[in-house]
Amino acid sequence: MERMPKWADLILTPLISLLLAFGLSALVILAIGESPAEALKVMVTGSLGSSYGWGYTLYYTTNFIFTGLAVAIAYHAGLFNIGGEGQAAMGGLGVTLVILALPWPHWTLALPAAMAGAALFGALWALIPAWLQARRGSHIVITTIMFNFIAAAILNYLLVNVMRPVGSMDPASASFPAATHLPRLSDLALAFGITWGKNTPANITFLIALAACFAVWLLIWRSRIGYEIRAFGRSEPAALYAGISPSRIIVATMLISGALAGLMAINNVMGGGERLILNAPEGAGFIGIAVALMGRNHPLGVILAALLFGFLYQGGGQLALWTSIPRELIVVIQALVILLTGALDNMVRMPLERAFAALSRNRG
Amino acid sequence: MDFTTLITILDSAVRLMTPLLLACLAGLYSERAGVFDIGLEGKMLMAAFAAASVAFLTGSAWLGLVAGIAGSLALSLIHGLAAITFRGNQLISGVAINFLAAGLTMLLGQRIFQLGGRTPSLSGPARFGEITLPLADTLREVPVIGPIYAGLISGHSLLVYLAFALVPLTWWLLFRTRFGLRLRAVGENPASVDTAGISVTRIRYAAVLICGVLCGLAGAYLSTSIAAGFVQDMTAGRGYIALAALIFAKWRPWPALFATFLFGLLEAVANRYPDLDLGVITVSSIFMQAMPYILTVIILAGFVGRAIPPRAGGEPYVKER
Amino acid sequence: MSGAAQQEDPAPAIELRGISKAFGTVQANRGIDLTVPRGTIHGIIGENGAGKSTLMSILYGFYRPDAGQILIGGQPVTIPDSQSAIRAGIGMVFQHFKLVRNFTVLENVILGAEDGARLRPSLARARRELQRLAAEYELLVDPDTLIEDLSVGHQQRVEILKALYRQADILILDEPTGVLTPAEADHLFRILRGLRDEGKTIILITHKLREIMEITDNVSVMRRSRMVASRATAETSTAELAELMVGRKVLLRVDKAPARPGAPVLGVRGLRMTDATGVERLRGIDLEIRAGEILGIAGVAGNGQTQLLEILGGYPEPGARLSGELVLNGQALPLTGSDGRARRRAGIGHVPEDRQAEGLIMDFTAWENAAFGYHDAPEFRRGWFLDNAAMRADAAAKIEHFDVRPPDPELPAKSFSGGNQQKIVVAREVERNPDLLLIGQPTRGVDIGAIEFIHKRIVALRDAGKAVLLVSVELDEIMALSDRIAVMFDGRIMGERRPDQTTSGDLGSLMAGVDPASTDPQGAMPPAAAHPGHAPGAGA
Repeated sequence: MERMPKWADLILTPLISLLLAFGLSALVILAIGESPAEALKVMVTGSLGSSYGWGYTLYYTTNFIFTGLAVAIAYHAGLFNIGGEGQAAMGGLGVTLVILALPWPHWTLALPAAMAGAALFGALWALIPAWLQARRGSHIVITTIMFNFIAAAILNYLLVNVMRPVGSMDPASASFPAATHLPRLSDLALAFGITWGKNTPANITFLIALAACFAVWLLIWRSRIGYEIRAFGRSEPAALYAGISPSRIIVATMLISGALAGLMAINNVMGGGERLILNAPEGAGFIGIAVALMGRNHPLGVILAALLFGFLYQGGGQLALWTSIPRELIVVIQALVILLTGALDNMVRMPLERAFAALSRNRG
Repeated sequence: MDFTTLITILDSAVRLMTPLLLACLAGLYSERAGVFDIGLEGKMLMAAFAAASVAFLTGSAWLGLVAGIAGSLALSLIHGLAAITFRGNQLISGVAINFLAAGLTMLLGQRIFQLGGRTPSLSGPARFGEITLPLADTLREVPVIGPIYAGLISGHSLLVYLAFALVPLTWWLLFRTRFGLRLRAVGENPASVDTAGISVTRIRYAAVLICGVLCGLAGAYLSTSIAAGFVQDMTAGRGYIALAALIFAKWRPWPALFATFLFGLLEAVANRYPDLDLGVITVSSIFMQAMPYILTVIILAGFVGRAIPPRAGGEPYVKER
Repeated sequence: MSGAAQQEDPAPAIELRGISKAFGTVQANRGIDLTVPRGTIHGIIGENGAGKSTLMSILYGFYRPDAGQILIGGQPVTIPDSQSAIRAGIGMVFQHFKLVRNFTVLENVILGAEDGARLRPSLARARRELQRLAAEYELLVDPDTLIEDLSVGHQQRVEILKALYRQADILILDEPTGVLTPAEADHLFRILRGLRDEGKTIILITHKLREIMEITDNVSVMRRSRMVASRATAETSTAELAELMVGRKVLLRVDKAPARPGAPVLGVRGLRMTDATGVERLRGIDLEIRAGEILGIAGVAGNGQTQLLEILGGYPEPGARLSGELVLNGQALPLTGSDGRARRRAGIGHVPEDRQAEGLIMDFTAWENAAFGYHDAPEFRRGWFLDNAAMRADAAAKIEHFDVRPPDPELPAKSFSGGNQQKIVVAREVERNPDLLLIGQPTRGVDIGAIEFIHKRIVALRDAGKAVLLVSVELDEIMALSDRIAVMFDGRIMGERRPDQTTSGDLGSLMAGVDPASTDPQGAMPPAAAHPGHAPGAGA
């Protein structure tokens, strides 16, 4: 039945979907009376044309790697974790509580503790929907959506009523002490004598994100639990037959997924904002869906897709600055990417399969 | 709390529940036919924008309504294409539609009005006015019944009455007509309809398009009736609350009325009492606003009765060999 | 009226001329000719995958033939969709029922055949019509019951009623007895005879020779996408039909030495199981299997065999209530709170009934599948990780021992044929040398060559002193392999026999819930006790 080579399935289909998404976006830009070529130029120069642009691009990329991995790993277990946004928000709370709880002498000490806090809070926020799915059969897509709103409400309440420093009008936590500030990538570059990415929030979390990709790859394709996650995701009856407990896999996968989403807070709260503000994840949890879909749920694909969205996100900001195109253009692009790579996948795949079938017939 | 306040709060609840009810019924048609729809939010948003824009440009709320329905329908068609024709993932399609609406409304709004995404304020015939029912003013002074009739039942926009009328209509359509029988069958076991020689695709498209029309009404109500114009992200999660209400109502029309009323009431109370003092504890309005989500999770968990979705929901129909 | 038509109109009810259909490169039907006279029951028999279902799907408008002609009552017709098939007077009862579970019988009957936009008049007419049909054909069903509250046999009656309500003259039934108890099957046959006597034409698709002999007037045999023969049933024999089906004389005989049973390996005592819906599936099972013997469990699908295997395999369905005792090699085996993993560690291998849903992950490679369930065995694990190299080497060895083709461990399971998929599963379970092998429907959907191979391996395991519990709905397979045969009916063991001291008639009675050896009539299960609820399907 399957005539399409693996590479076409893995690379060609997402690539064509992506081109379609960009083509449609170009039409949208034309429709609002702007020039797509101009827009692309602004976006490329703004995000990739300088080390400043790159700094921001990599900062956003880091966020999207974490949320993309979170969606991807859940997908391998056949779960659609749409709650990355809430889990990332709770991760921010975890980071903040850890940082503000103790007078950390140095960031190297604060970082592991903050990572644990971020992962723990993100994981716990995924645990309840996971438990409800495993034990009560509640649809995890709906519960994670609801938990996004509940997380937003909790953070709203805490930032306005509890965590706001006395005298401040801003619904935000106190700023983190300087000792806990993470080294920026620009500092790292300076250590090698290179001036790169000055005044950008890109920080060493980027390296942690890359390490997380490798860890997830090991987990999915080399570890026993990864084997069991993939087996369960493809056939629950088979998992039962083999003695793989569905509840255990659902809970374990969602804990890992939530922890990954939560870890994003190291980048945006500890590394970037250096305090907790309202709506800190800024939709990165949802962009994770697009990233995972485009990256075909493979860590390497996630890195590439996250980089693309990092570029779009930074470029989109530049658009708003230099042209009259609002930055919401990237929301449209994001929507089209999700639509074409996720939901309209068959629209691209079916003609491709036919094309390959015709090709092999001609050759044979 | 005195009687007048009660009437005011209930009146406010009725206004706030109307978009929820319309969107909830919209979702009911779609999901009963086996097409999950988490894109209610996006369709409402698109409709709200289209309705306000056209209402402003033409000065007619009615033309605005038509535009709102058209905008919502366009997104419904995309959902139908993805979920039915190309047998894609319905949840992912819904997510995409929500983003598409969020982005497009801002892009187009900025392009047309240059007001940072909002439309100019609507007034006069560009809005759906309040309808005063016959004798409302005469009866106003009658004790108890007067305020209820004049203050609660009378004085809403046409769309409010339409939304309420849609509840029995939907019930009748679903449970007393051929169309309803086929629609429910398609959501439970599409093969039963297919082997009877009826097109599953056509029924599902019909359901998805009805869903689009109702979301269009909901969105138009938001921007041309309850408010006077469109602002960025004006649905503010109402599509998700409607989805929550649908689960709460276990995909049935009459319970949908009660669920949306409950959620409307919660919002009305939260609006009126930002910090509700219950003597022992003070309930923050934030908590009240999160209540629909919390209640839905409790319902989903099956602690208060079980919510079983239509059996073929979320599954594209593929003819078996 | 059709009875009169029989004399006046000599044209056959159905005539197919040269029907061909291919799916991609797979040719499902090649130049099929078929003539079905009006007012007869016509059997179509063939092995799984012979092309029977495709042919009937063409007749019902699911597929369009690539070539050929269809004549109904002598008139050439095209059947582009099911609606046209219904208009042409064709009704179909599918193997897997097409009913809406939470609709009433009445609603299911009118679905798609309503009289108008409002339901009430349609429902009223259908109620009257159902009463008439019930009286005429023994098709009694309460019109207001929900489908999910009906037994499988009654659900099938609803399917027949649906077709009759649409005034079908030609009724096609696809493997109708697969999920029925013998009593239900008998009732079905009575109904079918009644329909024939009223002038309806019936096509019965089956792979069971006994049914063909019992009820059909004519029979056509399909083999490898061709129609190879048509006979009047009275002028043929099971032996001839069997030969035509498989293309050569197959004696399902396995050469095996007499068993030398040793110590008891598995003991099952008073095993009872009630499923989540409250239906008692197992009603006190007692079994003993010794080392070096094969115990065959015979029975119609859905009489508790699946539940027995799942419980022994460590994964009873969620929500089930269990009681009784299991003993393995003298040690008590936990009834609940166990899982497949623990059972494997205890020395139980398990080839599940449904290899595609349970035994294999179709997207996994052969080497990943060859360790499935044993992936935490010491030789495959490295701490938290898997030793992929060891798994690959192990799979390559198994593929060689079992002659799996193509011998490529990197291919996904779904790209192997049914027989080779089953070889992967059997290799995985047998090569572990389990003390007890559970094996369900070992040769369902497996080609003849692989059947012989798999049977030989099962016997070899027995000869190595292991115990085997064989569950199969194929009586021939049970007779050929077993050293002892236990017959299951309605969650009980109806009786035990030795293969050399029984006949298929004797076993058939036991499978129908009647013990011919028992003089006490109380010992026999009344046919009315046929359990409600849906039984697991007999597979495609």
